[in-house]
Amino acid sequence: MSDRRKNIRNFCIIAHIDHGKSTLADRILEQTSTVSLRDMEDQILDNMDIERERGITIKARAVQLTYKADDGETYSFNLIDTPGHVDFNYEVSRSLAACEGAVLVVDASQGIEAQTLANTYLAIEHDLEVTPVLNKIDLPAADPERVAHEVEDIIGIPCMDAPRISAKTGINIHEVLERIVTDIPSPKGEEDAPLKALIFDSYYDSYRGVIVYVRVMDGVVKPGMTIRMMSSGAEFTVVETGFLGATTLVPQKELFAGQVGYIAASIKSVKDTKVGDTVTDATRPAQEPLPGYREVKPMVFSGVYPADGAKYPDLRDALEKLQLNDASLSFQPETSVALGFGFRCGFLGLLHMEIIQERLEREYNLDLITTAPSVEYNITLTNGEKITIDNPTNYPDPALIQSAEEPFVKASIFTPSAYIGNIMELCQERRGIYLDTKYLDTDRVELHYELPLNEIVYDFFDSLKSRTKGYASFDYELDGYRPSKLVKLDILLNGDIVDALSFIVFADSAYPRARRMAERLKEHIPRQMFEVPIQAAIGGKIIARETVKAMRKDVLAKCYGGDITRKKKLLEKQKEGKKRMRQLGTVSVPQEAFMAVLKLGDD
Amino acid sequence: MPIGLYIHVPFCQRKCPYCDFYSAVPAQGQQELYTRAVLESLRQVPFFVDSVDTIYFGGGTPSLLGGGGIARILDGASKSFPILPGAEITVECNPHSALKEEIKLMRSAGVNRLSFGMQSASDEHLKLLGRLHTVAEVSSAVTAAQQAGVEHISLDLMLATPGQEFSHIDAAVSLCSRLGVEHVSSYLLKIEEGTPFSKNNTAALCPDEDRQADLYQYAVKALESAGYQQYEISNFSRNGHISRHNMKYWDCQPYLGIGPSAHSFIDGRRRYFPRDLAGFLAAANPWDLLQDDGTGGDLSEYLMLRLRLCEGISFKTLSKRYPQSDLQLLRKKARPFEKAGLLTMDDERIRLTVDGFLVSNGIICELADV
Repeated sequence: MSDRRKNIRNFCIIAHIDHGKSTLADRILEQTSTVSLRDMEDQILDNMDIERERGITIKARAVQLTYKADDGETYSFNLIDTPGHVDFNYEVSRSLAACEGAVLVVDASQGIEAQTLANTYLAIEHDLEVTPVLNKIDLPAADPERVAHEVEDIIGIPCMDAPRISAKTGINIHEVLERIVTDIPSPKGEEDAPLKALIFDSYYDSYRGVIVYVRVMDGVVKPGMTIRMMSSGAEFTVVETGFLGATTLVPQKELFAGQVGYIAASIKSVKDTKVGDTVTDATRPAQEPLPGYREVKPMVFSGVYPADGAKYPDLRDALEKLQLNDASLSFQPETSVALGFGFRCGFLGLLHMEIIQERLEREYNLDLITTAPSVEYNITLTNGEKITIDNPTNYPDPALIQSAEEPFVKASIFTPSAYIGNIMELCQERRGIYLDTKYLDTDRVELHYELPLNEIVYDFFDSLKSRTKGYASFDYELDGYRPSKLVKLDILLNGDIVDALSFIVFADSAYPRARRMAERLKEHIPRQMFEVPIQAAIGGKIIARETVKAMRKDVLAKCYGGDITRKKKLLEKQKEGKKRMRQLGTVSVPQEAFMAVLKLGDD
Repeated sequence: MPIGLYIHVPFCQRKCPYCDFYSAVPAQGQQELYTRAVLESLRQVPFFVDSVDTIYFGGGTPSLLGGGGIARILDGASKSFPILPGAEITVECNPHSALKEEIKLMRSAGVNRLSFGMQSASDEHLKLLGRLHTVAEVSSAVTAAQQAGVEHISLDLMLATPGQEFSHIDAAVSLCSRLGVEHVSSYLLKIEEGTPFSKNNTAALCPDEDRQADLYQYAVKALESAGYQQYEISNFSRNGHISRHNMKYWDCQPYLGIGPSAHSFIDGRRRYFPRDLAGFLAAANPWDLLQDDGTGGDLSEYLMLRLRLCEGISFKTLSKRYPQSDLQLLRKKARPFEKAGLLTMDDERIRLTVDGFLVSNGIICELADV
C-alpha cells in the first residue's frame, strides 16, 4: 500500500518577512491550476483582512494541490502555511510537525535575514528537508550567486543549484514544483496501525460545527468512525472527511496515513479540537499520542470594554463567536468603576490581543477600550491563603500579602553576533537573568535568558526588533513562578482612583513607570474646564504627579448676523466630542488615553 | 411687536484673508442690480411685519452701495412697513471706503449709527491682516461721521492677531477713547476653515491658547478703565450705547434678514437665504429662495444666547418666557462653575464672569442642556 503515499508531498514555505512567501504560494496555486486565474485574489492563503493588511499570517492554513510532474506522474501537494509571530510559536511548531519538508524562500538581493535563520532552524529541529529557492531575481539589485554562497556558509545547506525565481513575475516556478517532487520525501506511516492524526488547526463553521485540520500519521479516518481526542477524551462520530481545496473543502471517502485534510464530526466547540492533540480511533485507540502536545494557555490578560456601555451584549456575542474559532482566547465578565461592564480576556501575547481587538472592532463594529495588559500573579496572604491575580483591581491590601510570585519564561534569542551587546542591555533593563550564549557558527548566536513574563508582554518583541534592525528573533516558554517584589500602582484623576488604569508592577520599576504614566496621561487628556491633577500612587502614597491645566479659552467670540443655527451646531458638535470621552467624575478622558498607557514600554 | 431688519451687502473692495462672511468683489454694475434686488425683496416681504425699530446693514462692506444706495433701500423699507421713530439704523463701513460725502448722504437718509472696521491701531498689523486702510484713515473717517452728525459710532478691534502685544491693545483703546466713540466690538481672531489664513497656517503665528486668554482679559480691563463697559462677550459701550440690533440676536427677538446668507428669525422659525448672489439677483421673487432652518427660540437657544451677555439670565424672565424650565436643575448645574469663579449666581440672576466668557462654550453646553 505504500505507493498510495509515494506521490504525496507535505510541505510548508518559510521565509523572512517580505521575502515573498505569500507571492510564491499564490504562484504555486496558480501553476497547479488549483485556482483559476479568475478566482485568483492576491495572497489567497492569508484570507483574513487583517492578515492581508499586516502581511502576516495569524492562523495556519492548508491547501491541497495537484501537480503533474516532468516524470509523468501526478503528485498531490499539501501546502501548509504557518503563522509568523512569537505569540503563535506553538501553532507554528504543530504545523511544521505535519510536514516532511520546507521550501525556504530567500530574497536574492537582501540575502539571509533574521527570520530566515530562525525559521530554518525551527524546520531543521522538526527534521524537515529544507529546499532553498532564491526569489526576486527580477530586481536589479539581485545577486543570487552571493546569496547562494551565504546560504551555504551560514545555514549549511546546498544552495548552488537552488532555483532562481521571481514569484512576482512567475519566472522558474516550475523548477520549484519539481524540487518539491524530487527533494522532499514522501510521508511515512502505517495504514494498518491504529489511527493517529495530528490536529494543526481548526475553525468553526456555523453549519457543520468545527472543521478540524489534520495530518494523518498512522491509520485511516473515514465517515462513520468514532474518533477520540486523546488529551480530552472527547469522542465524536465522523460525518465527513476530505481534502482542503483552495476555495472549498473537497469530500473524500477517507484520509489515510500521510495525507493532510479535514474532519467534520459535528463538534460544537474548538475547545474540543486543540492544536497539537492526537485524533485516534475510539474503538481501536493508539497506545500513545503523538509527541509535543501542549495545553495552550493565555499568558496576558486585559479588560476589554465597549466604549458605549449599551454595546455590552454585542461585545459578549462577538467574543463568543470569536472563541468558537480561537480556543486560546478566554474571557469572563468583570466590572470597572470607570468603564462599566466588560470582560477580562486572556490572550497568548500582545499581538494576539491586538488582533482580537481589531477583529472585534472591524468584524463586529465595536468601539473598545482596553485596559493595561497584566500577567497572572500568585499571591500568598498572611493567613496562608494562596490566590491568583490577573486583574490589578483584585490586588489585595499590601498589609495582607505575605509573599508574591510572578511568572518567568525561558527565552531563546537568535541573533547575529553584532547585536549581542544591544540584546544584553535590553534583557538587563527587563530584569533578565543571563543563562548562556551558544555560538551556532562564527556569526550566529543563540542567547538564553530567564525573563519575567511581565517584562516581555508589553513590547519586548518590538524593542528587540528595533535594537537589532529586525535581525533577532525570539522564542520563549513558561518556566514557572518566582518570588518577586510587586506593588499595585494606582492612578488618580482629580483625586479619584481610576481602576481601569491601575496596574501591577515590579517594585523597583514603580517610580519610573509612574512618572511615565502620569506624563503620558497628561499628553492625552485635553484641557478641561477645571484643572485636573494626575497622580500615581502606591497604597496611599503619591509617587508622581502631573497637572492638566484648566482650559483658558473656548469661546465663540463672534456671534452676529443672526446665524444662530450654526453656533448651535458648533456647540452640539463639541458636546458630541465630549460624549465620546469617558466621564470619570468631572474628568473627561478620551479613549486614546487608555490606549496610550498600553504602550508605555520603551520610549 | 417691532422687529429688527438686517440687510446683507455681499460686496468688498478686497476680501480679507481671515473673513468667511459671504462677500466678494462686485462686478461692474452689480451694486446697482443688488440695490434693486433688495428693493424688490422689500416690496414682496411674505411675513407680517408690524414695525421695525432697528435696521442693520452688514456685510461685506455695505458702504460700497454708496450713500445713495443706502438711502434708496431705507426709503423702500419705509414703504413696506413702519420704521419707528428713534429706530437704530446702522451701516458697517470700512474706514477706507467711507467717504465724507457718502456719510453725509447716509446721515440725511436716517442712518444714525456707523460701525467702522478699525481692527488695529498699528499700521503694520493692519497690513498683516490684509486691510486696505491706515490708522490715520480711521481717525478721519470717525471725524467725518461725527461732523456729519452721526450720533453713534462703533469701532471693531481684533484680538489675538499675529504679534499682538498688550501695548497694541493699549494703543487701540486709547485711540477709541481719544476719538470719543461710544462703542467697541472687540473679538478674538478665529481662523475659519477655507480662508487664506487657514490655508497659510496663520494659526501658527498667532498667540497660543493661554496668551489669547491673557490678551482678552487685558483688553476687557483696558476698555473698562477707558469707560467702555462690557455688555457682551465681545462688546463694550459707554453710557449705555449698546447695539440695539445685535441685542435682538442675543435676546431671541425676531428679525428679518435680506440678501444672500442673511438669516431671519420670524414667526418662531429660523430661515435663511443661500450663499448665492447670482441666484438672488436673478430671482423674480428672491423670497422663493428662502430656506427653512427649523424652529428657533427654544429654552436652550435662549440660554446659549443670553449667557453671552453680562446681565446674564434673570430667573424671573426665564420662568416667564419658559414656564417649563427647571430653575433648580439650572442652579445645580451652575454650582461647580460658580465655585471655579466662572459664573456668579444670586437670587435673581446667573451671569458669566470674564473668565467664564473665555470658556463659555463648555459652560453653555452644560447649562443649556436643561
